[in-house]
Amino acid sequence: MKFMLMMNAPGGGPYQIAKWPAKDIKAHIGFMINFSKKLSAAGELVAGEGLAGPDQAKLVRAGKDGKPVTDGVFPESKEFLAGYWIVDVPSAARAYQIAAEASAAPGPGGAPMNMAIEVREVMSGPPPEFL
Amino acid sequence: MSTSAPAIEHLLRDLAPQVLGAVIRRTRDFAASEDVVQEALIAAAEQWPRDGFPDNPRGWLIHVAMRRMTDHVRSEMARRRREADAAADVPVVLAPSLFEAPPLDPDDTLVLLFTCCHPSLSEASAIALTLRAVGGLTTAEIARAFLVPEATMAQRISRAKETIRKSRIPLERPDAPERDARLTSVQHVLYLIFNEGYTATAGDDLTRVDLSNEAIRLTRLLHQLVPEHPETTGLLALMLLTDARRSARTGPNGELIPLDQQDRSRWDQALIEEGIALVTAALSRGAAGVYQLQAAIAAVHDRAPSADDTDWPQILALYGVLTRMSDNPMVALNEAIALAMVRGPAAGLEALAALDAEPRLAGSHRLDAVRAHLLERTGDRQAAIAAYRRAADRTTSVPEQNYLLMKAARLTEGR
Repeated sequence: MKFMLMMNAPGGGPYQIAKWPAKDIKAHIGFMINFSKKLSAAGELVAGEGLAGPDQAKLVRAGKDGKPVTDGVFPESKEFLAGYWIVDVPSAARAYQIAAEASAAPGPGGAPMNMAIEVREVMSGPPPEFL
Repeated sequence: MSTSAPAIEHLLRDLAPQVLGAVIRRTRDFAASEDVVQEALIAAAEQWPRDGFPDNPRGWLIHVAMRRMTDHVRSEMARRRREADAAADVPVVLAPSLFEAPPLDPDDTLVLLFTCCHPSLSEASAIALTLRAVGGLTTAEIARAFLVPEATMAQRISRAKETIRKSRIPLERPDAPERDARLTSVQHVLYLIFNEGYTATAGDDLTRVDLSNEAIRLTRLLHQLVPEHPETTGLLALMLLTDARRSARTGPNGELIPLDQQDRSRWDQALIEEGIALVTAALSRGAAGVYQLQAAIAAVHDRAPSADDTDWPQILALYGVLTRMSDNPMVALNEAIALAMVRGPAAGLEALAALDAEPRLAGSHRLDAVRAHLLERTGDRQAAIAAYRRAADRTTSVPEQNYLLMKAARLTEGR
């Protein structure tokens, strides 16, 4: 079963990490690199990426001529997707366990951030038995 | 013999488990054997198209693999010597002159299957290891089949080998009482591979190994090794009888076509005949198992010239036996469908109501999907639409969700 784990950051400006002390930033980045390595070594990592900051995000729609019309930053958004992992695991319980580990990434002062990680199952192909 | 690339690949994949089994028997080291056999297979794929087949391909591969093993041990010894702590506990591997093929021992392949599907391995690890060590697939091919990165699949395989080493799984044929339990593990892994062939998202099929075909190939191999084992015969029959319907199972855009609406002229009659012969032979040995019963049910479907001609009382009776044998709520769900076909949708809905309390079905879309079909048949359109939509919300299969949404939409439009 594949699951997407989505890590959300508060919206309305750049990532807060920018304002942290250097050693906390270092600890956070170190945690994320190690986390990814661990998932890969466990044979569970399918993909994982961090996304550029919300202040660079654009909303795109097709205009009347089909060409892209971009829209700027959205201060009203409460949360932004900061990054995601896709994992391939035997059960939802295991995906939740991984999400909890990510949630405890160190924040300012090294304390666990306990951020909310949204876990969604990735859709698959046809079921084996379909009567 | 043709030395075209596909012919060589085919031969190599057939020989892979025999060669690996023989090398393991000599070295008693699963991980190292697996590595050197892979190297030998690669060498063959390079040399044979150029130089032609050796007189004895199997002997050639074993010889090359054992020579690599000796090389590895020598360089390991040299390394240790360099590190100055003498020749303490260097593994002893002898490479006698092996160019004459050692006698083929079918047990080698069986032991290999037992090892790769050992219960101490996780399902995902057992599947990956079986495809690689017994199926002769490359790590890249297995990774593509499961839509995961090659590095991730490589980790799974190396962890599996590590588990085998650590848990000291004996690399030999188990005694009779254990043999049946181990066969059950092998069957389960092969069954999972077969199902994975269906559930993998449709996509660039040309570059992906067909896992259902691979499972059938490996189950045929197992069946040859234990022809007297009825459940193995039943499993092979189940796969063939299910696979026979494959091309009728989906429409041009990958949309699911339910059994009662499939174009039966597209079912593969050769597979059906083979499957029916196998399941008949297996059942005649008495004491039917779950795979044999499922195969028997598939055979009843496959034998019916049209959906209306399906012998539902027979299917209901078979599900009755299956329910008593396996405590699986999905079986009970299918039994409710059969019941509805024999005694009408109201009886089916009653049976479903009893399953509402089943915790293993809580939140399952299948319960709602079946209920929706039965409600539609009783003419309760609104309730059917609601149940189709609930099922569509809960399924994690894209084609099934599309199917359920379409059913709800059509009913809403009064069609």
